[in-house]
Amino acid sequence: MNVSMTVNGERVSHDVEPRMLLVHFIRETLGLKGTHWGCDTSNCGACVVLMDGEPVKSCTVLAAMCEGHEIRTVESLESDGELDPVQQGFHELHALQCGFCTPGMQMTARALLDRNPNPSDEEIRTAISGSICRCTGYKNIVGAVRWAAEHESTTRQEA
Amino acid sequence: MAVVENLPSPSAERPIGFGRLKRKEDERFIRGQGTYVDDIELPGMLHGAVLRSPYAHARIVSIDTSNALAHPNVAAVVTAKDLETLGLAWMPTISYDTQAVLAGDKVRFQGQEVAFVVATDKYSANDALSLIDVEYEPLPAVVDARTALDPDAPVIRDDKSGQRDNLATPLWEAGDEAATDRAFAEADTVVKRDIIYPRCHPAPLETCGMIADFNPKTGQLDIYNGNQAPHAHRTVYAHVAGLAEHMIRIRCQDIGGGFGNKVPVYPGYVCAIAASIVAGVPVKWVENRSENLLSTGFARDYIMHAEICSKDGKVTGLRVDTIADHGAFDSTAQPTKFPAGFFHIVCGSYDLEASHVKVKAVYTNKAPGGVAYRCSFRITEAVYLVERMVDALAREMKTDPIELRMRNFIPPEQFPYETTTGWTYDSGEYAKTMKVATEIAGYEDLRREQAEKRARGELMGIGVSFFTEGVGAGPRKHMDILGLSMNDGADLRVHPSGKAVVSISAQTQGQGHETTFAQIVAEELGVPPEDVEVRHGDTDRSPYGLGTYGSRSTPVSGGAVAVVSRKVRDKARLIAATMLETRPEDLAWEKGRWYVKGDPEQGAMIEEISERAYSGEPMPAGMEGGLDAQVIYDPPNLTYPYGAYIAVVDIDPDTAQVTVRRFIAVDDCGVRINPMVVDGQIHGGLAEGVGIALMELISFDSEGNCLNSSFMDYLIPTALECPDFELGETVTPCPHHPLGAKGVGESPNVGSPPAIVSAVIDALHETHGVEHIDMPCTPARVWAAMQGRPEPPQ
Repeated sequence: MNVSMTVNGERVSHDVEPRMLLVHFIRETLGLKGTHWGCDTSNCGACVVLMDGEPVKSCTVLAAMCEGHEIRTVESLESDGELDPVQQGFHELHALQCGFCTPGMQMTARALLDRNPNPSDEEIRTAISGSICRCTGYKNIVGAVRWAAEHESTTRQEA
Repeated sequence: MAVVENLPSPSAERPIGFGRLKRKEDERFIRGQGTYVDDIELPGMLHGAVLRSPYAHARIVSIDTSNALAHPNVAAVVTAKDLETLGLAWMPTISYDTQAVLAGDKVRFQGQEVAFVVATDKYSANDALSLIDVEYEPLPAVVDARTALDPDAPVIRDDKSGQRDNLATPLWEAGDEAATDRAFAEADTVVKRDIIYPRCHPAPLETCGMIADFNPKTGQLDIYNGNQAPHAHRTVYAHVAGLAEHMIRIRCQDIGGGFGNKVPVYPGYVCAIAASIVAGVPVKWVENRSENLLSTGFARDYIMHAEICSKDGKVTGLRVDTIADHGAFDSTAQPTKFPAGFFHIVCGSYDLEASHVKVKAVYTNKAPGGVAYRCSFRITEAVYLVERMVDALAREMKTDPIELRMRNFIPPEQFPYETTTGWTYDSGEYAKTMKVATEIAGYEDLRREQAEKRARGELMGIGVSFFTEGVGAGPRKHMDILGLSMNDGADLRVHPSGKAVVSISAQTQGQGHETTFAQIVAEELGVPPEDVEVRHGDTDRSPYGLGTYGSRSTPVSGGAVAVVSRKVRDKARLIAATMLETRPEDLAWEKGRWYVKGDPEQGAMIEEISERAYSGEPMPAGMEGGLDAQVIYDPPNLTYPYGAYIAVVDIDPDTAQVTVRRFIAVDDCGVRINPMVVDGQIHGGLAEGVGIALMELISFDSEGNCLNSSFMDYLIPTALECPDFELGETVTPCPHHPLGAKGVGESPNVGSPPAIVSAVIDALHETHGVEHIDMPCTPARVWAAMQGRPEPPQ
């Protein structure tokens, strides 16, 4: 079957098996390897992408369900050579080690800050609780999201 | 000549050597540009999938692959019969046992590999698995390790000639039995406990996988794989596949976590290699999460009986009798001479009179393993045991658990300290570290708060642990794996421009080697770390060494990099003497520069010296050009990091839900190369400790069915279960490591479970009479303990 959607601002259209998972469509059909896969059961969050601005686990979404929808992956975070504050925050606060959960965590954080620009630590922890990180113990991820929130509001005020 | 002012100016943000330098590797990871095995696509590549046994123990009557082969997208179906013709049906484990690559005679655990399908895409490969018809004749399964040696227990390893029972390795012991008996005879207090460290799983977020790419024309085998010891793996494949090592190249690019799970060689890897050799095209195999949890290296599974004794308030003796469940094949990970790993470090941080440890390892119909899940070869089990026992003793003696520890610590003046089981601890000031933890925690206030809450019917517990780990295996006179000494190479090349490449054999899985090893060179040569490229993860481009696990990167590879840097610095001194027309002994070193003693204006910076080394200008008499060096570092001893941990838990009296409210971790890992990275390692290990103590369990039903084969039932802590960890530090340098550093990555996983479990018992002892509980402290298990019927995990 044919499926068309917008991925990172570009319209894409491909023939796929009806059973094809969105994560495989992104990784294999489109070749965007930044979105990872970790568990099959939507527990780990390595595959989180944004669908119409909401974080979804792309291992439990069929590509066919995305017809006409807008998908954002980690590859869209940096724009014009400028890192997203979330990416910068992860680097500044050492919020990543092996890097495998990082894209999903960053997309989850992006969605959180888009709807809540000034989240509390508790709100950050709740927002990222659908994603597993085996390396960082989450402390620095919470710090990174807070860093991003602080630096984003500065940028916005300046703008 | 350059003057000092020209040196790059170090700052807290941009240290020349050690310091909180942000990581180089982040650049690709924050953009999603890491390269993990499954990200690699090769032209013409086929995809493999493994058919696994639904039974824990069954004879294979027949395997019919014809329907699978008829699938239009299937290229091949491999079974044990096919592998036998290639001599690949069995492979060695890292513990000198053998393991079936694909089961031929019978299956010995649920999830065991039975057939390997190769297809044009992974959906088709998985479809074809259901088209393979295997007829099994189920056999009774040995599930409980305690009954594995019963006379009527079915013999699991009837493939091994002479194997008439389920004993996996000969009985093993350490310490002095007679002296321990004496200590117990003279004791005034004895406490006994049956303690289980249940089976759990490292479960890195990226599962295991490989691409094997055999070129039939050249005979070259290229392997892309995320493993923790690429050089050792290459040697194993050379033996298994009968290829010369130089015809095998293993590339480990980015690895999505390892934690011990990516140390062993797995049957899926050998299948991918065999399939690529037969098909002559690249074959990719990446396991799914269930396969990872069902079949790859588990951790722990020690069933321990322990006795501890004291006399006049002094802990004097410890006696431990352990049954180790190794699963169906003995692929536990440890140096050859230590079949129970470093478990005999169970004497802990205390100045005991005597101790004695016995370990009996058995086969069961469960997945093979016994890998060190973020620990140095069974030290986690040892620390858990001794810390729980000291805690139980304190309770029996009605003494504060910190006070009892303080009274019994090995005092600083006794280092180097020979333990009752033969370890030589290098350095420690234990009481100082314990005191720092007590202060950060506000221990007295916590005890007051606990008393107030108890009066109100609230359940709050405070748990303490103090661990000593032995990490950095290891000295070649004691330690090898499969006959390979546990040394590490380092190769440093300073280019004419003064920029450098250091190649190491350690294999990062997220530990930040590209940054920290550059910092070591930077510290030793006085060049900016950004001018040092760290090369690793490619057997063609890095020196031989045994990889990263057991917190050995900094102790062994870090030592190698420091020593090789000093060799380069020494050569630079001789060249500088020629340049400055003086004698080498008249030169003094400051970071990045040799200068003339008494005339500091006269000097040569490393980049000037390296330029000279590659130029046509004269070199010192008899010296070759260039500014390179290489070493193999043989550590003289392990390093012995330690730490004091305090956990504060709250338990909901109605649901028995345990919340870790605070966790204080004060680590002493000697000199810290990059404190930011060290803190990150500690945070991660603490989270795993929270998981192990409260949630993570691999369990089986009576037929050997694994009950925790997905993240729906193998529970891993999220940001909601982990507290905002509070860290502290003391620094007691390692006396024998070139940098004074000790390993640290695994300390938090080792030290945290006993603190949390002791906190749970502390919360429940007075009100509910709970003396003991086994991990994981799930609500159901804590509730059972509160009702007076604690149950061991299945």
